[in-house]
Amino acid sequence: MMIGNFPYIVAMLLVAIGIYALLFKRNLIKLVIGISLVETGVNLFLVTLGYRTAGIAPIYTYAPNAKPMVLPTPQALTLTSIVIGLATTALLLSFVVFIYRHYGTLNVREIKELRG
Amino acid sequence: MNPLSFHAPVLLIAIPLLGAFAVPLIGRLGAHLRRIFTGLIALLTTACAGLVAATVFSAGTPITYVLGGRLTLPSGMNFPIRIILEVDGMSTFMVILTALILVTAVFYSFSYWRRRSGGTMYDSLLFLLGAGIFGMELTGDMFNFFVFLEITSIAACGLIGFRVWQGRSQEAAFKTMALYTLSGLFVLLAIGLLYGKYDGLNIAYLAAHIGSGLVDRIALGLLLVALAMKAGVVPMHMWAPDAYGEAPAPISAVLVANSQASLYGLFRVLFTLYGLAISVTTLGWIMIVLALLTIFIGVTMALIQSDIKRLIAYGAVSQIGYMLLGVGVGLATSAGQPDYGLVAMQGGIFHMINDAACVGLLFLAAGVIIRAAGTRNLNMMGGLAHDMRWTAMFFMIGALALAGIPPFNGFASKLMIYESTFRYSPILAVIAILGSILLLAVFLKVFQAAFLGPRTISPIERPSRLMLASMGVLALVVIAFGLFPGFFVHTIVGPAAKALWLGRDAYIGAVMGG
Amino acid sequence: MNGEMSVIVRTITRFVYGLIVVFGFYVIMHGHLTPGGGFQGGAVVATAFALLIVAFGAAGLKGKLNDHLLQSLEEVGALAFLVLGFIGIGTAFFYNIIANSGAVFGSPTPIGPNPGFLNTGGTLPWMNWAVGLKVMTGLASVVLVMLVGAREEEET
Repeated sequence: MMIGNFPYIVAMLLVAIGIYALLFKRNLIKLVIGISLVETGVNLFLVTLGYRTAGIAPIYTYAPNAKPMVLPTPQALTLTSIVIGLATTALLLSFVVFIYRHYGTLNVREIKELRG
Repeated sequence: MNPLSFHAPVLLIAIPLLGAFAVPLIGRLGAHLRRIFTGLIALLTTACAGLVAATVFSAGTPITYVLGGRLTLPSGMNFPIRIILEVDGMSTFMVILTALILVTAVFYSFSYWRRRSGGTMYDSLLFLLGAGIFGMELTGDMFNFFVFLEITSIAACGLIGFRVWQGRSQEAAFKTMALYTLSGLFVLLAIGLLYGKYDGLNIAYLAAHIGSGLVDRIALGLLLVALAMKAGVVPMHMWAPDAYGEAPAPISAVLVANSQASLYGLFRVLFTLYGLAISVTTLGWIMIVLALLTIFIGVTMALIQSDIKRLIAYGAVSQIGYMLLGVGVGLATSAGQPDYGLVAMQGGIFHMINDAACVGLLFLAAGVIIRAAGTRNLNMMGGLAHDMRWTAMFFMIGALALAGIPPFNGFASKLMIYESTFRYSPILAVIAILGSILLLAVFLKVFQAAFLGPRTISPIERPSRLMLASMGVLALVVIAFGLFPGFFVHTIVGPAAKALWLGRDAYIGAVMGG
Repeated sequence: MNGEMSVIVRTITRFVYGLIVVFGFYVIMHGHLTPGGGFQGGAVVATAFALLIVAFGAAGLKGKLNDHLLQSLEEVGALAFLVLGFIGIGTAFFYNIIANSGAVFGSPTPIGPNPGFLNTGGTLPWMNWAVGLKVMTGLASVVLVMLVGAREEEET
């Protein structure tokens, strides 16, 4: 029972670590890593959600087999989320590149043109 | 139903997407051709929005569209397993709002970027943003809501950071993207929780089964935080002034529509997905408190700004509070359903389109002012009204409408909010009125600083006719909605408020009962 | 440093990148039969492009792999996907009009354990190809643009 819940705990731990990084880290790259961690946690949560014990891959032609199949929908959700995460990370990193070019630093505390 | 009306909901998403993907290819053939194509796609999108509105209002019930065709399982069950678009009165209202802002922003952008490079990617991203917003408003499926939410996030942040030669815009774009992504992931987590409990993603299906257990509460909390963050509700508004302030002027206007699409998502979750399954009084009061905080913080922060766009941005933040206030009172009273609850809902929803029109107008005018004065600092402007009469007039109309002065549209919706919230709890109306008065003071100061006084600077760049025409369209909307509020409340706002307040069963029935 | 990596890296890249491309195309091609599909296969092919870009430098590939060409192909992929959605609009957007029609990829899908028949799936394989094209070119152009940006950084 405990083993069954283990992936959920790991997923929530990843989300928590990611949010911790977002709140307390000052380096822009580390903020991006934090966001990626949250995303990984959510993805892991979704995949775990669809897992059935001893299930097989959800392939259409295997349907007549009496074995239980892993749920395909959460996998589709995870895949979409990964695709979106890729675009998001690429965009965030390109902003980081430009910010570094303008300010010469990645420290959030030193980049403060926008305040108040 | 004729085929065009039948396919109108999906065309509304597909046509801007087609525009977004085809613009870079057509741009290779020449800037002139690209401009014609962009205008054509914008007009087609608006036509589709009109078609959706006509179809839904004449049908009177939510209409559904199943991507890939309606599927009946071999067992004969008609279960909604495919991607579904579901359009009711509220979705239609949001579609009208978005189409209005999108088409004005596209035409305004034509001359805004005349001397800058990179217009192709700009047009592409603008259409992608439009498609994302329309998708959020039309979808009947939680997961697609998330996908469209992320499309708007990526496109919006690409546009906020479009001026890569400015450090400030990159900073604003990074900050906004980080918060948008976080809110998107919260939404995904909530969807995962709901899927784990109910094995479904369809909003109508989930609404038919939803309970009030711990998982539902956690999911609701995540959705509430995430969507409020993306709508720019205080205390999660820190991205909003940066994003509105640093984005190019037409994009600031579209961002207002984007925030309101998130607000729409929030309303959809609260009224349609959860409905009376949760304690509406508690949630209503949470929304009312957030609303008052938003009004208060937005207005006081606007008071101390000297950057014209940042000032308008805080004004826009405060307006989100009025919508939340009206709809919050509506939610709190949705169990007993007194008359004033419906008026509060109508006021809050009516204020969405009014706010989009007048804040959009202000942002577009601010873009012209900044180009003309060569600065964003209000203390260094002055006397612009001598050379730019039309812009001055449009800015004045927008400012007075925002502050809720008759005969403009802001007055009509704010009066409905004041009247109904007063019946619920007088203190709410008092705070709302105080906020409006302060806002009037702020914008009179801006008007005085930028336009009045001796002619100190001569405009560097005058607005083109197309820019004036785009602002003129929004100004006309502001005036028309202010002069004939009864007509518009009856035709477009009424069905929207009813769809949220009373239409939960119809929304569920359109998919499940068939 | 002229943007090229050492001779070892370049030689290995010449050997490996073809294999990666073939594997990527395999994943795209079998997207409707096995786990995988347009995005995954496209991402695999894009890693081959990324390897080329990193090993030979953006300058070393000029003319063969420029972002002008990549972005055009990306738009073609996206448009192809939308057009595939539109061809079913007689029934509904994204309606699978090719399935069971006998056209390319139009054979009916047999049920039961089988090695997998490529000639099934209707519009789905076509969509996989469209998405694959978009993803492989899009990701490659992202890598190219970011690398060029980073190189400019080092010079200034």
